[in-house]
Amino acid sequence: MNATGAAFAALLVAFSVPQDELKVSLAKLKAVAREGKGNEEAAKAWKHVVGHGSKALLPTLAAFEGADARAANWLRSAVDAIVENADPKRDPVEAAKLEAFILEVKNPTVGRALAYEWLARLDAEADDRLLPKLLDDPSRELRRQAVARALSEAEILLKAVEKKPALDALQKLLSSARDRDQVDAIVKHLKALGVETDVQALYGVIARWILITTFDNTDMKGFDAIYDPESRVDLKNPIPGKDGKPARLLTHTTSEPRGKIDFNTVLGKEMGAVAFAYAIVDSEEERPVEVRVATNNAVKIYLNNDLVFFRNEYHHGMTMDQYVGRGKLRKGQNEILLKICQNEQKDDWAQSWGFQARLCDVLGGAVPFKNITPEVKP
Amino acid sequence: MIAVVLALALADDWTQFRGPTGMGVSNETKLPVEWSPLQGVRWTVDLPGVGLSSPIVVGGRVYVTATTGVEQDRLHVLCFDAKDGRKLWERRFWSTGPTQCNKKTNMAAPTPAADATRVFALFATCDLVALDRDGNLLWYRSLVGDYPTIGNNVGMAASPVLHKDTLFVAIENVGESFAGAIDARTGANLWKNERSAKINWTTPVLSTRRGRVEVLFQSPGDLTAFDAQSGSKVWSHTDGKYSSIPSPIFAEGIVYSPGGPFLALKPGDGSVERKWESRTLATATASPSFYKGKLYTVDSAGIVTCSDAADGKLLWKSRTKGPHSASPVLAEDRLYLLNEAGATAVLDLRHEGKILATNELNEPMLASPAISGGALYFRSDRKLYCIGN
Repeated sequence: MNATGAAFAALLVAFSVPQDELKVSLAKLKAVAREGKGNEEAAKAWKHVVGHGSKALLPTLAAFEGADARAANWLRSAVDAIVENADPKRDPVEAAKLEAFILEVKNPTVGRALAYEWLARLDAEADDRLLPKLLDDPSRELRRQAVARALSEAEILLKAVEKKPALDALQKLLSSARDRDQVDAIVKHLKALGVETDVQALYGVIARWILITTFDNTDMKGFDAIYDPESRVDLKNPIPGKDGKPARLLTHTTSEPRGKIDFNTVLGKEMGAVAFAYAIVDSEEERPVEVRVATNNAVKIYLNNDLVFFRNEYHHGMTMDQYVGRGKLRKGQNEILLKICQNEQKDDWAQSWGFQARLCDVLGGAVPFKNITPEVKP
Repeated sequence: MIAVVLALALADDWTQFRGPTGMGVSNETKLPVEWSPLQGVRWTVDLPGVGLSSPIVVGGRVYVTATTGVEQDRLHVLCFDAKDGRKLWERRFWSTGPTQCNKKTNMAAPTPAADATRVFALFATCDLVALDRDGNLLWYRSLVGDYPTIGNNVGMAASPVLHKDTLFVAIENVGESFAGAIDARTGANLWKNERSAKINWTTPVLSTRRGRVEVLFQSPGDLTAFDAQSGSKVWSHTDGKYSSIPSPIFAEGIVYSPGGPFLALKPGDGSVERKWESRTLATATASPSFYKGKLYTVDSAGIVTCSDAADGKLLWKSRTKGPHSASPVLAEDRLYLLNEAGATAVLDLRHEGKILATNELNEPMLASPAISGGALYFRSDRKLYCIGN
């Protein structure tokens, strides 16, 4: 090797060693685990990453790929510190590179959204330039900001005498919006323009269920008890319910836009009681799915016989999407079973018994399915 | 270096929820009696989001938490210079726990705790963050990630309490519930004791008896003291109906426990003596205070009650305009009581709670104030105020 080659090699080494060290440090941030495992190594690595200055910014944003929620918070705070510490003259954050990172959808969505937060602070024109391109972005945060901007523009159009441009904009926006407050605002505007929206379809509401009632929840013991439907739903043979009486089965279809079902109305008021809601849906393909449920009652969510969520909590509020069970829809037939437990509280505010449920993707958009729940006679 | 660190940890720091004593009392002097948005404001700064947590002030730095986002899934820790309110740093985190809560609270409800070199911020999402005073991340815990059944649709609010290198947390909810001691240096568990799975918002309290530090956890069903170092149970009192909102206090060897009835308990070795009880000493959201041998409480009607801490006998009452969510703070024989409209009544404790002034800041405020450096610190959902002469 001649002198020039040796110098070049040295330059390469000088450049690559810090990059390798950076990779090692980022790996340590991503290696944190439960109950504080890896924290001590991560703390040193965090300082090391931040100490690299703005040249560590893009590698840190890229490191969100595969990072779990714990690691994401280590990375996020490192990004904040890097940008906060950056000297605009000696160690500037390069806005153009941030923008390129954001626009490359193969980059991790969380990292892209965080990059956008900082770019928007550094560049006042970033919103106008980028958001129109992000209406259908896989990042929920970026999509939300893009929809918010477009919705504001549509609301200005609504004030015009000619309503067609507003109508077109809102209908287009409806396919992009995922967050409930934005969806609801668009639906409301469309309704004011005389256009009704199938809200159940929009949200992926499961409207038809077989309700199986009643099982015992005296002293709230029914939540932990395993009743027959939790092992296998049998629609043909009688099964024992509360007080030895046979359980009752009936099919119920709700027309409530978000799919809310009030057991007190449909089944009759009972306290210390458990009812199940069972639905069969057909999916044309295997896909990840979220079974999102709202209820004031203790709940268990089963997807294809797997318990995917449970919460033993009563009468502390019911908000759409408050509980999320994650799993997969199989190609073909899938079973969803909800166990809804009512306790014996006598307070006026503790009488609610029922639920609301939908099937959606991670962003909250409805997944395609066909409800094939059969009719059963009471 | 040690001298510098010690110098930073001044006695007048407000290190945690309700200050270093946990009962809202400060030794500060020359505090203001009157102020308004246009008078007596040393500085004010905008906050990025809402919060019910108190500001804390340590070593000339003010730490505040806040939450933003349509689902309150963004968690902020901010540090300001106590001199002029200049923002020194901000760190943001994503919530890893559920964010549903009652409309009156939010995810930045627990007050952080700090010493001269570190700040520890717990959020209602059970994300727990340790940063050094310059904003470097020391460690992070996702308690919901660690214990996935933790949940509470009303919202969590118990604040962490720091003692030397141990951080105590009360995670009591409808899921996995525990009293925890966490190594403040690393974030690892030192001990973790199961608690009943009932929603509870009370903050743990430290007590020192015969040189031994205990940490008290009050829940609706019990008041229990654990040895701070080992986590072993020292005593437990179960013969009462303990509050789940206002926290107990410990002063001069006695635990004052809000509930029905209000209890004064003297811990012994493995047992507890009931010194007195009072059914007239009512509390609402505000926690009680002990100051110069007297006990101060605030009821739901805004009535401040002063009682003799020795026997619970009523000494005087003073009516203020509520409602109140903040706990009072006391210094210089005055009691400062902030109401939810942002008005602070200043009561003269030498004259049976005579109201010296009522100072409006004209915006909703639910967080308890802090006292440090001759100033009072208030936070709303929008602003942080430093009020001082």
